[in-house]
Amino acid sequence: MKCETAAVLEERKGQVHRTGQGPIEMACNRDSLAGAVSQRACVFCGSRVVLYPIADALHLVHGPIGCAVYTWDIRGSLSSGPELHRLSFSTDLQEKDVIFGGEKKLEAALDELIDRHDPKAVFVYSTCIVGIIGDDLEAVCRTMSEKKGIPVLPVQSEGFKGSKREGYNAACKAMFRLVGTGDTSDISPVSVNILGDFNLAGEIWIIREYLERMGVEVVANISGDGRVADVRRCHGAALNVVQCSGATLDLAKMMEEKYGVPYIRVSYLGIEDMADSLYYIADHFKDIDPEITTKTSNLVRDELEVLMPELARFRKDLEGKKVAIYVGGAFKAFSLIKAFRHLGMQVVMVGSQTGTEEDYRELEEITDPGTIIVDDSNPLELSAFIKEKDVDVFVGGVKERPIAFKMGVGFCDHNHERKEALEGFVGMFNFAREIHTSAISPVWKFVPRREQKEAEHE
Amino acid sequence: MSKTNYVSTTNACKLCTPLGASLAFRGVEKSVPFLHGSQGCATYMRRYIISHFREPMDIASSALGEKHAVYGGGPNLKKGLLNVMKKYSPRVVGVATTCLTETIGDHVSGILHEFKEEFGDLDLPELVHVSTPSYNGTHMDGWTGAVQAMADQLVFEKTETTESVNLFPGMVSPGDVRNLKDIFEHFGLDVTVLPDISETLDGPALLDYEPIPSGGTPVERIQAMSNAACSIEFGRCLPGSTAGITLENKYGVPCHGLGMPVGIRETDRFMDVLAKTSGRSVPRRYLMDRGRLVDALVDGHKYISGKRAVIYGEEDLVVGLVAFMSEIGVQPILVATGSKTGKLAGAIAKVGSDLRQQPLIREGVDFHDIAEQADELAPDLVIGHSKGYRYCRDWGVPLVRVGFPIHDRFGGQRLRILGYGGAQKLYDRIVNAVLEKKQADSHIGYGYL
Ligand code: SF4
Ligand code: SF4
Repeated sequence: MKCETAAVLEERKGQVHRTGQGPIEMACNRDSLAGAVSQRACVFCGSRVVLYPIADALHLVHGPIGCAVYTWDIRGSLSSGPELHRLSFSTDLQEKDVIFGGEKKLEAALDELIDRHDPKAVFVYSTCIVGIIGDDLEAVCRTMSEKKGIPVLPVQSEGFKGSKREGYNAACKAMFRLVGTGDTSDISPVSVNILGDFNLAGEIWIIREYLERMGVEVVANISGDGRVADVRRCHGAALNVVQCSGATLDLAKMMEEKYGVPYIRVSYLGIEDMADSLYYIADHFKDIDPEITTKTSNLVRDELEVLMPELARFRKDLEGKKVAIYVGGAFKAFSLIKAFRHLGMQVVMVGSQTGTEEDYRELEEITDPGTIIVDDSNPLELSAFIKEKDVDVFVGGVKERPIAFKMGVGFCDHNHERKEALEGFVGMFNFAREIHTSAISPVWKFVPRREQKEAEHE
Repeated sequence: MSKTNYVSTTNACKLCTPLGASLAFRGVEKSVPFLHGSQGCATYMRRYIISHFREPMDIASSALGEKHAVYGGGPNLKKGLLNVMKKYSPRVVGVATTCLTETIGDHVSGILHEFKEEFGDLDLPELVHVSTPSYNGTHMDGWTGAVQAMADQLVFEKTETTESVNLFPGMVSPGDVRNLKDIFEHFGLDVTVLPDISETLDGPALLDYEPIPSGGTPVERIQAMSNAACSIEFGRCLPGSTAGITLENKYGVPCHGLGMPVGIRETDRFMDVLAKTSGRSVPRRYLMDRGRLVDALVDGHKYISGKRAVIYGEEDLVVGLVAFMSEIGVQPILVATGSKTGKLAGAIAKVGSDLRQQPLIREGVDFHDIAEQADELAPDLVIGHSKGYRYCRDWGVPLVRVGFPIHDRFGGQRLRILGYGGAQKLYDRIVNAVLEKKQADSHIGYGYL
């Protein structure tokens, strides 16, 4: 496999590929390389991302202050009711706790916080240092659970024990302890759980509205706008609808095994994926509700009638512009690639933090020759790719934004901190509008890269 | 009510120690901040810093995994340093520890020593290390510790005595660092500012991405700090061992400890020292700035006189703010910080003599504590960083944003509060915040205020 960009460290070459240049063999899923500036986060981060939106639970980070502080209300996971999740709780371990153990402090913190906030459940996140000092989270949680009469659930998310992906798994395990403890008697046979949507900017409400129009009951949102009581009874749903590459897939698998709830994987980003997702769901229920297919195609048609003329307007300005994508999970990248096709834009680079080998193989299949495919990248590499490909718009998370802006490249925030709803048909409109807003701005004319080009033409 | 029976922290009013160290290391020319610990900490801190400065902020990490946590992180630290060298060709790597490596007991100075022996044949960068466990201290300790470590570990000898002045400004914005450098220039003084984040964390648009942003204090200038005529160090709540004190003890460079020059008197003190050091009188432009500021205070005093303010943030910042409030007639009612140095009350007693009423002073608090007290105290105004926003919203009072982080407004990296000019800008913002609230709350919609 050949690598043209010098910015790629020797040991990282196995994690960069160009479509059309030999067979793809990504050495992904390895630990982040020491000394490289990785965009990757830790196990704790993965768990926090998944569980955070459960709004009536108390989320206590057991560790020193930083881990809690950096995750305080950072995501726009909206709640239609309680907002306990937006507070940042930490045991704020001090030196003496590190030496003598933090169990006492954890117990006291739980005692105090549960009394003060009266949550429906508590998630206790373990951080690196807890893994080292060896506090018995399990035991403390059990004691407190008995004492307070609510579930107190340990999340084994010691940061250094892997990457975000292991954190997803730890979160799923913690939630799975809740599943199966609620009453399911009044749940409709045409019902689903929405998994892997975090209700950023209210996105899950868009999806719920579609499902309502199709006559499908939503039992639990997992976890956007989530509630403990819903999670407890979610095993009563007929189907799990799982979004995103991996965050809650483990939970769906556990539920399939134990409760026989089947699952399907979907994406709500972009037109085809959104429509397909609704059709899959309809398909699943068509024997119980023969009308559902018609209802669904009507829905899709109505939505597209509004959306398509709008997209055509944007497309006029965007045709031929070049895009780079760097997102958390590869699944999202698939949807984005298709979305950009509708806008007539060319994807020249695509990468993710946590893709699997299979993901990357699939990416190679759907991208044009010469497209750079990269796993777990870093600023230097990304900037080298931007320059090489003369990118117009970069789609990434908040950590990539300054790189793009320094280089004078348009940017769309497509990560957990986003404040625009990008899911659903209306989300596609918002997305196109955001890309359009950035791409047509006059400011790019002044950035050095373009000023230099102008000068060359004169 | 008090913290005694209160064990956990809700919405902390502090950040973790290595974050401060990383920021300080970012202010040295061609330097790379490096966290010895697991990957997550570095990634989180980068995101947090980037959201404030809107600039690239690379922080390398030794990315320890489970087995390193058990067998020691030394090999990964070394490997990480080699990778950073390959990729960035830095002049300096600033290594800060994290909770993890402090807990497993990695002996960083020993590992770095070994590293230098093993790879002595390579063109090695300067290696500075600072111990920054977060279970002991806050980001300010990380900042001060990193600056002290540089003065200690990068300076080796005194070769002559020059007219140059060292300035250790503390954690102030890039805009204020530029401001301070201008002031020295106008006094005709040659200055070494450490750290100098004025360009590294607020740089221009670029043609080519720079792995390490241009700017920062050059290593040669740091090494020559031992030759300086004197040092000036801002901060009334600093620990016993600082960069200024270290240079004084080791090389006899006298250190002037001053408060952060926020407001009239603290700036007067700063100007005094500069005038004495340079042998020049205060340049006319600053006399004019001061005059205009006093004029503005008079023009605006009725709008804000007697307003009750809650002030929170890093200790030395809040001391400076209290000093200024005492000059403009705003009554601080609660002064709070997340750190615990035990020095806040003493410092405030020194600068707040004009206050009609002594504020409540609280160290080691979180926003839960602040809110509990502020509810009773009924403030008109809050001064601090972005993290208090939701409380201000609940109370219906304006938040004047100062310090770090500013995540919900634009231009935090350029905010100026230091010197007469900075005080003027801050004053305008405070008056306008009060006016804006008055206007918004009024049914009449006055166009004249
Ligand atoms: S482990 Fe320590 S250094 Fe790392 S984020 Fe948490 S508090 Fe900060
Ligand atoms: S200490 Fe561990 S858990 Fe906390 S942020 Fe750092 S890597 Fe993640």
